[in-house]
Amino acid sequence: MQERLNVNPEDRLAGRYPDERGHFGPYGGTFIAETLARPVAELRAAWERYADDPEFVAEFEDELRHYVGRPSPLYHARRWSKTFGGAEVWFKREDLNHTGAHKINNTVGQALLAKRMGKTRIIAETGAGQHGVATATVAARLGLECVVYMGAEDIERQAPNVFRMKLLGAQVVPVESGSRTLKDALNEAMRDWVSHVDDTYYIIGTVAGPHPYPTMVRDFNAVIGREVRSQMLDQAGRLPDACIACVGGGSNAIGLFHAFLDDEQVRLYGVEAGGSGIDSGRHAAPLTAGRPGVLHGNRTYLMQNDDGQISPAHSVSAGLDYPGVGPEHAWLKDSGRADYVVITDDEALAAFHRCVRTEGIIPALESSHALAFAAQLAPRMQTGDIIVVNLSGRGDKDMKTVAAVEGIGL
Amino acid sequence: MSRIARRFESLAERGRTALIPFVTAGDPDASTTLTLMHEMVDAGADILELGIPFSDPMADGPVIQRAGERALAAGMHFEGVLDIVRAFRKRDRQTPVVLMGYLNPLEAAGGVESGVRAAAAGADGFIVVDLPPEEAQDFAPAVNEAGIDTIFLLSPTSNDERIARICALARGFVYYVSLRGITGAAGLDAEEVAQRVAHIKAMTDLPVGVGFGIRSPEDAAKVARVADAVVVGSAIVSRIEEAIAGQSDASRGGDRSRAIGDAVVPVVVDFVADLRAAIDKIDGVSADAHASTDESGGGS
Repeated sequence: MQERLNVNPEDRLAGRYPDERGHFGPYGGTFIAETLARPVAELRAAWERYADDPEFVAEFEDELRHYVGRPSPLYHARRWSKTFGGAEVWFKREDLNHTGAHKINNTVGQALLAKRMGKTRIIAETGAGQHGVATATVAARLGLECVVYMGAEDIERQAPNVFRMKLLGAQVVPVESGSRTLKDALNEAMRDWVSHVDDTYYIIGTVAGPHPYPTMVRDFNAVIGREVRSQMLDQAGRLPDACIACVGGGSNAIGLFHAFLDDEQVRLYGVEAGGSGIDSGRHAAPLTAGRPGVLHGNRTYLMQNDDGQISPAHSVSAGLDYPGVGPEHAWLKDSGRADYVVITDDEALAAFHRCVRTEGIIPALESSHALAFAAQLAPRMQTGDIIVVNLSGRGDKDMKTVAAVEGIGL
Repeated sequence: MSRIARRFESLAERGRTALIPFVTAGDPDASTTLTLMHEMVDAGADILELGIPFSDPMADGPVIQRAGERALAAGMHFEGVLDIVRAFRKRDRQTPVVLMGYLNPLEAAGGVESGVRAAAAGADGFIVVDLPPEEAQDFAPAVNEAGIDTIFLLSPTSNDERIARICALARGFVYYVSLRGITGAAGLDAEEVAQRVAHIKAMTDLPVGVGFGIRSPEDAAKVARVADAVVVGSAIVSRIEEAIAGQSDASRGGDRSRAIGDAVVPVVVDFVADLRAAIDKIDGVSADAHASTDESGGGS
């Protein structure tokens, strides 16, 4: 069993970042109002304590095994691979986790931490509703009060997930400010937290926010890459040649990448949402088309105008609809360790359909971005090369969106 | 000595508590903001605080959020805020102007360079809400060098170590947030504020301003008993919002803009005058005392 979650002593690159104040090179850090300084410091202290605590780690791993259903399979998508030739593609089946996505890894971990800290009320932001559902789920499991902030526009678009959260006992609060989407829900959750610091724990859903969130959320998701590494060695006898994951905030991607940071022969690709195309301006690709700035507590690449106002993001997949990205991705991009590419709505939808028809797996539209890039990359690689795609979530939630694109009303 | 330090020194000599009203620059338009600045000074404001609008104001309540949205919709940006300050300085070279906002628009305006430009325009201080002392070690001294006082927030939950660290970087004054929450929230606990302000004053020679949650002349009076400055934001901005809403039937174009300006200014001026009167009552200052010119010859 692992002694520590937050630093794997064997990881050289991985162990060097962030510094003690959460900086990944020039990115990350703690850019918060003074009113949040104490709760963030308390969280940091709790995280530092429990990330090293064998009992905490054992409980987390037990929950992952028996509640989440880990390890998730690593599946060789033979038929899908044959359709384009070149490398063989394997899927990391995070879609088979409880609640249908990787998001639950993080919410289980943070909720256990919240319990340790004596908090009785959980808050979260959500875009598509996946993180909100994963949070409401663990709150129900642990008997904690739960409030989820969700953009009013997203509430209209994601009615089934809103109903799921309510079924699970969460209060879903519509956010009417700003662009009425994920970034505004995050602002609102921060405002709630600052107003209820004594009893409330804020579960951020991605590897963004003030330190320690980017590191902590990464460490709870790093189980994905650790499993892939050992499963690959078991099933194929070697490491993959490339790992691919979609990047919104970037938690599933960092979860996959982290275990491979020091395996320099393993190429890492993060796939941003290109929306209607980078040139259209309607996209969600800050690493590709944004520039560094400060939002939501950390320095990172942002979609912003010349005045430093944050631009609204656009993607067919609500889970990638975020104008920022986790600071570690910003650092991996600048350092050249990972490459970040763009897939448009149309390309993602085409990959979605091909995956459904050849493998009988309905992927989330988010994950379909990673699939679409794999379809481009595989033919350029050698026969026998191996690509791992993080199939970060299942697509049941996207039926309405996909049908609407086809002109079908559900 | 900075314009802010001079102003506090002059007020202290006369036993007076500073009144610092806040408005968002460009809410509802730049010319109304400029008019408000002069009129608020005439009504008894000692220092002016101008909000630089930002798309994602994490520490602000709904009233200031909506003001920022109105200002952004009207095209306001950092350079536009400086234009307002430059215009203000043509007539008023004594009243300090503090710019309050978030880090990203300042970084987009060049980071430290934004401080150089602000100082050149006649601004005196920055309150950068999401720039805590840990991340301000380079920025604060650099903009101080340019002539901008860096004013930091202290909260009810700041411990002594943080208070000391913040006061070491702070210039002009320190700004105590009088509640656990966002701007404009309810629940001013006058007794707690008194205790905390006394505690902070024992740790620094800087003047201590108090803001967040001061909604009425009565609140202002309670705070004036203990603080060197009373900051009022949301209560003013919500009056601006109501006045704008009241003009929703006004015709479009220039007439509409003038009608809104005409509606906004008197309600704000009346409220600032009420705040001033309530504070003066505590200070024991007669109403005509603040008509006297102070620190004459000051201003750069």
